Amino acid sequence: MLGWELPPHNSGGLGIACYHMSKAMAVQGATIDFVVPYSASHPNTNHMTVHAATPQKPQPYGSFGAYNAGKQVATKELHNDLPDTTIRGVQARYVKFVEGLTSRHTHDVIHAHDWLTMEAGVRAKELTGAPLVLHVHSTEYDRAGAKNGNPLVHEIELTSLMMADKIIAVSEATKRIIIEKYHIPANKIDVVYNGFDATHLEAVESRDESTYRYLQHLRNNGHTIVGTLTRFTVQKGLSLFLQAAARASQKHNKFVFLLAGDGEQRDELISLAAHYGIADKVFFTGFVRGKQWRDAYDVLDVFVMSSVSEPFGLTALEAAHYNCALVLTHQSGVSEVVRNTLKYDFWDTERLADQLVNLAQNQSLLPTLIQNSHKEYASISWHDVARKCIKIFSAPQLKSPVTSEATL
Amino acid sequence: MRQAERGIVLYLHMHQPWRVRQYSVFDTATAHNYFSDSSHPGQDNKAIFDKVAHKSYRPMNALLEKLLETHDDFKISLSITGTFLDQAEAWAPDIIATLQKLVATGRVEIIAETYHHSLAFFFDRDEFNCQVEMHQARIQKLFGVETKVFRNTELSYNDELARWADEKGFDGILAEGWDPILKWRSPNYVYRPTATTRIKLLLKNYRLSDDLAFRFSNQAWSEWPLTHDRYTQWTNDAINDSPLINLFMDYETFGEHQWAETGIFDFFEKFVENWLSTPTNTFYTASEAIATHQPVGEISMPATVTWADSERDLTAWLGNDMQKEAMRHVYALGSDVLATHDPKLIEDWRRLQTSDNPYYMCTKWFKDGDVHAYFSPYSSPYDAFIYYMNAVRDMRWRLDTHSSKESNA
Repeated sequence: MLGWELPPHNSGGLGIACYHMSKAMAVQGATIDFVVPYSASHPNTNHMTVHAATPQKPQPYGSFGAYNAGKQVATKELHNDLPDTTIRGVQARYVKFVEGLTSRHTHDVIHAHDWLTMEAGVRAKELTGAPLVLHVHSTEYDRAGAKNGNPLVHEIELTSLMMADKIIAVSEATKRIIIEKYHIPANKIDVVYNGFDATHLEAVESRDESTYRYLQHLRNNGHTIVGTLTRFTVQKGLSLFLQAAARASQKHNKFVFLLAGDGEQRDELISLAAHYGIADKVFFTGFVRGKQWRDAYDVLDVFVMSSVSEPFGLTALEAAHYNCALVLTHQSGVSEVVRNTLKYDFWDTERLADQLVNLAQNQSLLPTLIQNSHKEYASISWHDVARKCIKIFSAPQLKSPVTSEATL
Repeated sequence: MRQAERGIVLYLHMHQPWRVRQYSVFDTATAHNYFSDSSHPGQDNKAIFDKVAHKSYRPMNALLEKLLETHDDFKISLSITGTFLDQAEAWAPDIIATLQKLVATGRVEIIAETYHHSLAFFFDRDEFNCQVEMHQARIQKLFGVETKVFRNTELSYNDELARWADEKGFDGILAEGWDPILKWRSPNYVYRPTATTRIKLLLKNYRLSDDLAFRFSNQAWSEWPLTHDRYTQWTNDAINDSPLINLFMDYETFGEHQWAETGIFDFFEKFVENWLSTPTNTFYTASEAIATHQPVGEISMPATVTWADSERDLTAWLGNDMQKEAMRHVYALGSDVLATHDPKLIEDWRRLQTSDNPYYMCTKWFKDGDVHAYFSPYSSPYDAFIYYMNAVRDMRWRLDTHSSKESNA
């Protein structure tokens, strides 16, 4: 497996998905070499061999920018004299490392995750002839907020997707983007929804109501707490969320909006909240981890995923785990998996405002949604994901016959 | 005895705000100490006060004392905010003692203003009156003098304020001598504000004032380094046959905005001597200037003029949505806060009104941004806004719990 991050050195969902997927595949008999671009210990990972492609330490809040690195990409060619402080420099060393690794070990399948490792995957296929399966968790189109984004990254994705023997998309929405924006034939793409494992999450019972004491106080006084935990980037559609928040506040005055996280759009969102006249209702926490992260879910009544384009959206399942009602855009993959939610199109702020007001004012809607989505998320399992992936790896159309389940 | 006709009105403004610390959403409803925290050096009010006391308040007080002893004609006017006096009383009572000595000479006038250096005039007229009276009482108690001349926060001024001050019984009021208002007229005369009967208006000569306040140490300035001879020459040329030169600036110009290393103290000492070496030159306190000279005309400023930035308006404090929201929400608390009769709560609310708070949220980065950035203890105006709003919400929480305590009782 070619990955870019693993817990505890992950900045978001990609690392978590790779961790659980590889673990479930190992349980089903796969032997896995997993490559990351940094050197660090992964204390809970003994189900596979983790290889460090460079001696560098992981960067705080994310392994070399798994989610916004595309903005810094300015060179197409990879060579070793690119400085290792740039994303392309790290990628060049990553490819070099994979070349060495594949010459020492044989692998039946190369399973690469997202654009950061796609070039290494293509190179490994060239060198070994092993089939290449690209697992798409997000595309440049998503990260750029439903725009083309960095043309170089787009081109790297396009070339690699064409070279792949099989593509796994994390949702129908992502499959659609791969077909429409990258012109890949539909029959080369399989959808495998992400799984969910609540064991790494702290129990709901361990919550601490004093972390967000003022919000709890407002909640006890009849306020509805609506919010999200996310990176503040254009992909997440937060400006439109605030617009809907302002609209909803005109109809119902007991709303609180919690925006937990940080990102390049922070200052813009702060100004926007003031511009809409709801600055006193909007709470910015900054980057949250640990207890502040968990208790943010706990204090929320309604979790909104306002993404303009979200391949999957793991945080929605975390929110369901912590008993939040979910409001999701149709443009998020997770909305294909959980049915007991309210859905809207990301641009439809009137609709979102209407849904929020109804959740706040209708006595039964909120608890019904919470109960039912809770049941749904509980049946989603990484073992199903692993089973589907292994089935894809073993399919006769993948050109090299799979003898054992050794994957890279 | 010589005939003194032409005088400088030197008016210095002394102020320190209560800066809000890095007060997060996790502090709201938990900790109510918004204003001081030595663990956050940028917002540690005591540390900042100590620094400025060392660089400016003590050396400048000493120089003023010396100048008053040396020159019988040397006079100044000071405005000293209540928030400054509270901090000085707590952390540097020696500064209050030297100020009392200065005032006792009879040649140092204290100017009236709001106790909390607030923009209350524009939001809550009752609260504004209350803060002006609080300040008068404090000045009376500390210095034994009654204030006669009024200046509003940041020299903000309009016709309505002049009418208010006239009715309130003030003899004089201070404002910016801004060209678009004055047109062909000179700031070097006494004027009468439109629609008033008694009160007189003194206008800042901003060119000569800002030569010291902003440009003195600027090495990119074509006149740098400015000598006391040249500045005396400019002042004499500028006053010519008019009666006044109104030099209005922050007290902290001396030693803080312009460090001692720039030579500002020596410069100023020599300038005072130089200026007085012409027999017809003198200094006036603000009250003397308006008692000695009659208004030469009427001035109207329907829109608010301040002494800040190249716009000379309120946009440094109320220019963007964050600033407007912050002030709207803080003033909306007024009647509930006052109804508690809780002195701590009321004082915290008033400290949040201090105009420095919205000033730190200013996003005008261009010409004036460097000044804003220099004076801000925060890494960005957005941070300033976040901490402030978290504190405002904590005020709401205290009000909620206050009233529930009362209803339980």
